[in-house]
Amino acid sequence: MLKLIDKILDSIQALGNASLGRLQALGRAGVFLLSSLMWGGPGSAGFGDLVKQIYSIGVRSLSIIIVAGFFVGMVLGLQGYTILSDFGSEAALGTMVSLTLLRELGPVVTALLFAGRAGSALTAEIGLMKATEQISAMEMMGVDPLKRIITPRLWAGFISMPILALLFSLVGIWGGAYVGINMLGVDEGAYWGNMQASVEFYDDIIKGLIKSLVFGLVVTWIAVYQGFDSIPTSEGISKATTQTVVVASLAVLGLDFVLTAIMLGSI
Amino acid sequence: MRTRLMELAVGAFIVMGIIGLIVMALRVSGLSATDAGDKYTIKAYFENLGGLTERAKVSMSGVTIGRVSKVYLDTEDYVAVVEMEINKSMSTLTLDTSAAILTAGLLGEKYIGLTVGAEDEYLADGDVIEDTQSALVLEELIGQFLFSKAEE
Repeated sequence: MLKLIDKILDSIQALGNASLGRLQALGRAGVFLLSSLMWGGPGSAGFGDLVKQIYSIGVRSLSIIIVAGFFVGMVLGLQGYTILSDFGSEAALGTMVSLTLLRELGPVVTALLFAGRAGSALTAEIGLMKATEQISAMEMMGVDPLKRIITPRLWAGFISMPILALLFSLVGIWGGAYVGINMLGVDEGAYWGNMQASVEFYDDIIKGLIKSLVFGLVVTWIAVYQGFDSIPTSEGISKATTQTVVVASLAVLGLDFVLTAIMLGSI
Repeated sequence: MRTRLMELAVGAFIVMGIIGLIVMALRVSGLSATDAGDKYTIKAYFENLGGLTERAKVSMSGVTIGRVSKVYLDTEDYVAVVEMEINKSMSTLTLDTSAAILTAGLLGEKYIGLTVGAEDEYLADGDVIEDTQSALVLEELIGQFLFSKAEE
């Protein structure tokens, strides 16, 4: 009897331990974000650093984003046409493709690709810096690694993501137009006209951009935090990189639901 | 040289973002660059809008000449009021112009179709179109049909 109680107590203790660990990590990540952003504006660690980070995070993600956007748009065109033609309303194809991309797929798929393409690289880079003791060296020299390494990367992600998401949606809409108009024979005027009649600049385009701003911040935050907090061994870095992709993807999908619910105003 | 290329790429990236936003605004959301200066507003009262919304097209003979800018309910007479902005280039709408709420296709969006009359004077900013025809509501049509069948 006593043994049983002991076992129950043990498992409760394990649960408490795990929750405290999680909470602690969350707190560390929060303090980490605040103290990196405390250093102020995007250019605070030197503009050159920011440009370099936007280059490696944003510009170099451009090709994957554009190719992915074009294919997603083409698939939406095909699928949408098949569904809409059942109701005899192929003319609404432009509306369907553009609203799907602007409201959901643009921000979300871009963020997922971004987490895989740029987030993992960020984590591995910072993790390796830690493993090779560059970060400790900086601290020894009296340079704050948060300000020097983390701040420009956070800002670069924050700036790059909305641009990438916008280009993703734009290319996707053209992909949908290509398939719909040239291959399936949807009327060109109907495609663009119905789209223009139903897409709202603020409600669809700006709200989509707000979503991608949030995703940009969250994904880069998770990536740099995982790198900074990793165990500085080869195993620790590989674990941190995996964690980045998994946690960032889940965070994006979860946040997307919350943001959509707030924006549609139904909760 | 390396930094110059990199800075060029980043600059081009940000310019692409801005151009993308402008293209998106003009081409996708149909936000027009022309300001309110070359438009004038006219009103029309309808008994039933049947799903007409703001930003719907106002057309004449199938050509878009303006957009619906505001839709609200007149709380005294309980009729729907539609305010529409017409391009200044279409300033020769006669006083007895009629307005009807039409549907593009079977399931398409609602729009307003204008037909000119025969008067000599033209509608000015803030004028009201007297001759209006409400949207066809499917349920009412079916109701009328059933009613007339029952009477036979």
